[in-house]
Amino acid sequence: MNMNRIFLFLILGTLAVFASGAIEGEIQKQALNVSAIVMFVIFVGATLGITYWAAKRTKSAKDFYTAGGGITGFQNGMAIAGDYMSAASFLGISGLVYMKGYDGLIYSIGFLVGWPIILFMIAEPLRNLGKYTFADVASYRLKQMPIRTLAASGSIATVVLYLIAQMVGSGKLIQLLFGLQYEVAVVLVGVLMVLYVTFGGMLATTWVQIVKAFLLLAGATFMAVAVMAHYDFSFGALFSHATELKGIEIMSPGGLVSDPISAISLAVALMFGTAGLPHILMRFFTVGDAKEARKSVFYATGFIGYFYILTFIIGFGAIVMVFQNPAYLDIAKQAIDGGSPILGGNNMAAIHLSHAVGGDFFLGFISAVAFATILAVVSGLTLAGASAISHDLYASVIKKGKADGMAEMRVSKIATIVLGIVAIIMGIAFEQQNIAFMVGLAFAIAASANFPILFLSMYWSKLTTRGAVIGGSLGLATAVILVVLGPIVWVQILGNAEAIFPYKYPALFSVTAAFVGIWFFSITDSSHDAEAEREAFEAQYIRSQTGIGAEGASEH
Amino acid sequence: MNKELVDKIKNNHDYQELVSKRSSFAIKLTVAILVVYFTFILTIAFNPSALGIPLAEGSVTTIGIPIGMAIIVFAFILTGIYTKRANGEFDALNNKIKNSIKED
Repeated sequence: MNMNRIFLFLILGTLAVFASGAIEGEIQKQALNVSAIVMFVIFVGATLGITYWAAKRTKSAKDFYTAGGGITGFQNGMAIAGDYMSAASFLGISGLVYMKGYDGLIYSIGFLVGWPIILFMIAEPLRNLGKYTFADVASYRLKQMPIRTLAASGSIATVVLYLIAQMVGSGKLIQLLFGLQYEVAVVLVGVLMVLYVTFGGMLATTWVQIVKAFLLLAGATFMAVAVMAHYDFSFGALFSHATELKGIEIMSPGGLVSDPISAISLAVALMFGTAGLPHILMRFFTVGDAKEARKSVFYATGFIGYFYILTFIIGFGAIVMVFQNPAYLDIAKQAIDGGSPILGGNNMAAIHLSHAVGGDFFLGFISAVAFATILAVVSGLTLAGASAISHDLYASVIKKGKADGMAEMRVSKIATIVLGIVAIIMGIAFEQQNIAFMVGLAFAIAASANFPILFLSMYWSKLTTRGAVIGGSLGLATAVILVVLGPIVWVQILGNAEAIFPYKYPALFSVTAAFVGIWFFSITDSSHDAEAEREAFEAQYIRSQTGIGAEGASEH
Repeated sequence: MNKELVDKIKNNHDYQELVSKRSSFAIKLTVAILVVYFTFILTIAFNPSALGIPLAEGSVTTIGIPIGMAIIVFAFILTGIYTKRANGEFDALNNKIKNSIKED
């Protein structure tokens, strides 16, 4: 039954895409970039060294899932920021600023404001109640089987969608930056991530993420400072030059969010979606206690906020240094479409800027960092997916909590390899597909299925298993269906004339459906079990608030 | 956690103080970030030109830029305020609760 559900899910999520045609144009393969390859090889060597070191320290299931719980708040904050600063957000947001100016900042802010809420509402109870996955918390006083199955389905769906998007993006990026063939690039990413995760577990995944986060922040800082130095650190001068080239519109909100419903819906998806991403939630179990969990969010918010300010400057830097610069002009494309298209499309704005400010050497560095970013992010995702399979589905649902740690770890390693293979196959299969909706769908599912169950299990005493299962499934189904019927899939991919569901972002509706469903089917649940579940809330709440009885708390 | 311990902690004065103080603090901060963010996003939805007003006469920089940056900094400062108080005052209270259970 579980497998059926997962399958149904994957099919639902991906059905639309199989029927779609190629949207993205052909990507021109670049000449071999030697400095980029050398730096990338150094990075891979270093990360394999980390994996070797971590493998020796990864003996128990606790080591594998949570790095033994010994990561500090600062390190974890850096790793969380690293998970969040994916290649998609580095290249995507700077590309959006390059293209539309102010609208890019609106996106960044939406991605950031979920963090304070995670800190105020989620981080501490999560750390105090859970062990390895957020399903531990959701199923704390509810029935293991159905809740874990649902939470694992939500996690796996989020992870797989995110993973496909990252794989396709990485294949194209690597093809462009390193002159490698698409398939070779995808296989390389898949193999490396499987190596990191199976051998080094969470410890390797965390340190790879920390190293990459540091390199990315350093590289982005250099670019932003180089741009600002060019204008004597005057924002006014930078902006005036940019508006001379692109017009005054880039300085104020454009058409990104046009109507109130879309605006609120996007806000809901970004805020609650962040609080429902399994690979992010899992990081809260790698620290020793609630104190370190809070520090993690504080540092993560600082790094992410700083990074978004940098991407904003980088986007404007690209307008003044890359836009209309003959060195980066895509002449072939210009001949067909006119305008001033840049090589590789708008998402390459930051990459071209790195060349403009630092020459071939720095281009190589940023290219290698972009590749490293992809590797680190897909590793975190894969570990979260594998944990949902081994800890939630295998150990808790199939073995009913009686699996021994070694067997569970073996299953998670097998699951990692399977996810790696799936990611490679999907990455290759989806090469020519429009995958833009996938990250949006992943966020919508995280916001509509994972977040409501998690949040209400922590704070609402009247929640019952029946309410959580029906409401959570409702949120999940609503999110998937509305994305399929919405403008991106229904019109752009399936080629229908008009969208059945007019909004791009379903979260406002699907999150509401989930909360109302959970509420209604909980309060009308008069079963004997429901009564016991309500009574168990008090003890759970005390543990969530104080950490008494929490995992790892005894060591302190 | 057995029933006896649950009742004991529930009736502990420090526990009640911790939960009520921390909840109200967390809710206040949550409301603060939500109000700021939704004011921003609804301004974009209903009256985007409000953010397009130039900072000064003849300047291309709009007030939207410092406002956007300020929201990012504000989010960071709020997490700092919460973390400081929770890791200090609230954790001290929490330790008192933990010690009081250990005593008997």
